[in-house]
Amino acid sequence: MPVLQRIKKPTTRKGKKVLLSKEPKPIEGPKQSIFLQGRNPSERTRKLLKDIYDLKKPDAAYLSRKNDFVPFEDSSLIEKLCYKKEAALFGVGSHSKKRPHNIVLGRTFDYGILDMIELGAEEYKAMSEFHNIKVLAGSKPCLLFNGPAWELNQDLKRLKSLFSDFFHREKVETIRLQGLEHVLSFTATDDGLIYFRSYRISLKKSGQRTPRVELEEIGPSIDFKLRRTKLASDDLYKEACKIPREMKPIKKKNISRDAFGTKHGRIHMGKQDINRLQTRKMKGLKKTTEEKKKILLQKKKDKKAAKQKQHVEV
Amino acid sequence: MDIVNEILEREQKKADKYKPITVEKHLELEFDLGSLLASDTNDLDIKTLKTNKDSYLLALTRDNAQLLLNKVWELPTERIEEAIVVRLPQPTTILPRAKPVPVPKPLTKWQEFAKAKGINKKKKDKLQWDEQLQKWVPLYGFKKTAAEKEKNWLIEVPQNLDPMTDMYEKKAGEKSEKVAKNELQRLKNLARAKKVKIPRVGLPVTSDKASATQLSTAASVAKASTASLGKFQDKLPKEKEARGKGVHELIPGKERKRKAPIPTPAAEKEYNLNLLDNILSKRPKIDMDKAVAKSINEEEVKRSHEKKNMKPGLGKRKTQGKGNATNFSAKKPKAGKGKRAPNKKSTGRKRR
Repeated sequence: MPVLQRIKKPTTRKGKKVLLSKEPKPIEGPKQSIFLQGRNPSERTRKLLKDIYDLKKPDAAYLSRKNDFVPFEDSSLIEKLCYKKEAALFGVGSHSKKRPHNIVLGRTFDYGILDMIELGAEEYKAMSEFHNIKVLAGSKPCLLFNGPAWELNQDLKRLKSLFSDFFHREKVETIRLQGLEHVLSFTATDDGLIYFRSYRISLKKSGQRTPRVELEEIGPSIDFKLRRTKLASDDLYKEACKIPREMKPIKKKNISRDAFGTKHGRIHMGKQDINRLQTRKMKGLKKTTEEKKKILLQKKKDKKAAKQKQHVEV
Repeated sequence: MDIVNEILEREQKKADKYKPITVEKHLELEFDLGSLLASDTNDLDIKTLKTNKDSYLLALTRDNAQLLLNKVWELPTERIEEAIVVRLPQPTTILPRAKPVPVPKPLTKWQEFAKAKGINKKKKDKLQWDEQLQKWVPLYGFKKTAAEKEKNWLIEVPQNLDPMTDMYEKKAGEKSEKVAKNELQRLKNLARAKKVKIPRVGLPVTSDKASATQLSTAASVAKASTASLGKFQDKLPKEKEARGKGVHELIPGKERKRKAPIPTPAAEKEYNLNLLDNILSKRPKIDMDKAVAKSINEEEVKRSHEKKNMKPGLGKRKTQGKGNATNFSAKKPKAGKGKRAPNKKSTGRKRR
């Protein structure tokens, strides 16, 4: 009979720390991403992934070694590498006659593949081909999704979520107004073409408080063609989108606001004992000694009964 | 009026110098300011997109970026370290997590009990002063074991035990039993946490199919589990009772051991002598503290009895007239200790 296996414990303090840091947390930091090469990567895909890596830099790793695998057929290598690098996002570049300049973008949940979307880079202009000032590394970009196709097509809907997952960097409370200097634009057409553009914002005077926005393209500029997709089932996606209790706002009871914004509160009060109400003191209403005695006796009796009741309950 | 017109004109000129910040759109954009995201659902101009791709995309993006930044600039601003920042609202787009939401660890049976009873874990000191060894001994670890070994170079055999018992072996056995019990409890806790059903005694069945011997044992036990221990149950043709190690004890009504053979006189004699020895070697233990306390108590009772029966001395007693002789105590009577009950007749100190 096999005995229940003992949980393998870390042998060193450092190993314990590493394992602890890998445990799921209610509030997660920015997702890490890895970029790797598949079978026969073309120069274009390699450069493209490098550019995306540059955009994502502090939270990304670029693996330059070629890997003989096809993500849509066997995803075990990606899962392994994501576990190793603690990454939740990945990009794979490959090139073949059937699928030229192939880029697979995807994300994992609990070290298993969640979504995987294949894109063909039909046209590409690298960041280095634009000779101008780039944006500061690590700044939070504005994300713009143009076109009605983003909402209509189910694959594109998921791709929109994937793109915002890739590029939104991390959740912030406040942002410096002068630090808004990067725009990523994703334009989708009905025939499955996605135009990826990146611009630098320059704020001009407008005579008002809000400045006028002028843009300058800084690259990369990519025309993607949507190819195969492998999306998570609704159950898994729902499980992945679960919000921990710590993040949910605590609802305050009995407080409401009406249409004018006035605060209303509902208060619950116990029943008032009128018999013991102290009214105006007058000589005529004074209790006689007999009455006082009676009240005292009653009080004693009540107390005794309450005590007995408590005893019984215990 | 001239002045007003002049000012208005000047303002108009000033405004003309700048490009507008307003953008006309068919459908309003959807904003998620928390993640600085805007989605434009207006139809694209496919023709211009085909012919003049880059400039069209630039214009479209500029317009949308302008709209997004207009919204951002409307948000409440703050000043943090010489920089103007805006406070962003909560993001509305929900992105999937990287790892599942952590679930709290299930409590062990003891932890559950302690929680219900309000028992808190007390922290023990890592080092403790050992009076016998005159040094600090850790709570656990090899140094503790070494200290124990040094201390227990000799262990007394208690009076009620066989003088030839090896106390070291006995101690080691107790320890290993404790470890085994702890391990069993750990496994039980694990099973409870995973909601695995386990029998109250014995080992759990690991495979889903029981073996032939297990099944035949179960059948035998079931058959014997009546008020008359299965005496009146029908028998199948060629039915065999389960056999094997430990099976006999499981079947009700069969606990009795086989009768021992009649002993030889020598063996019987030895057995009886052993029994007698065992009884005689049981000496009563004397609890010194208890004995001393008992004798002191007896003495005191005796003294107080004598005191009561003694005739009162002549003229020595200071009487207070109506005072009760038996109710006398050396303590001064006290008042109500600050708690006054006006309705209660308290026997306080009489004030004059």
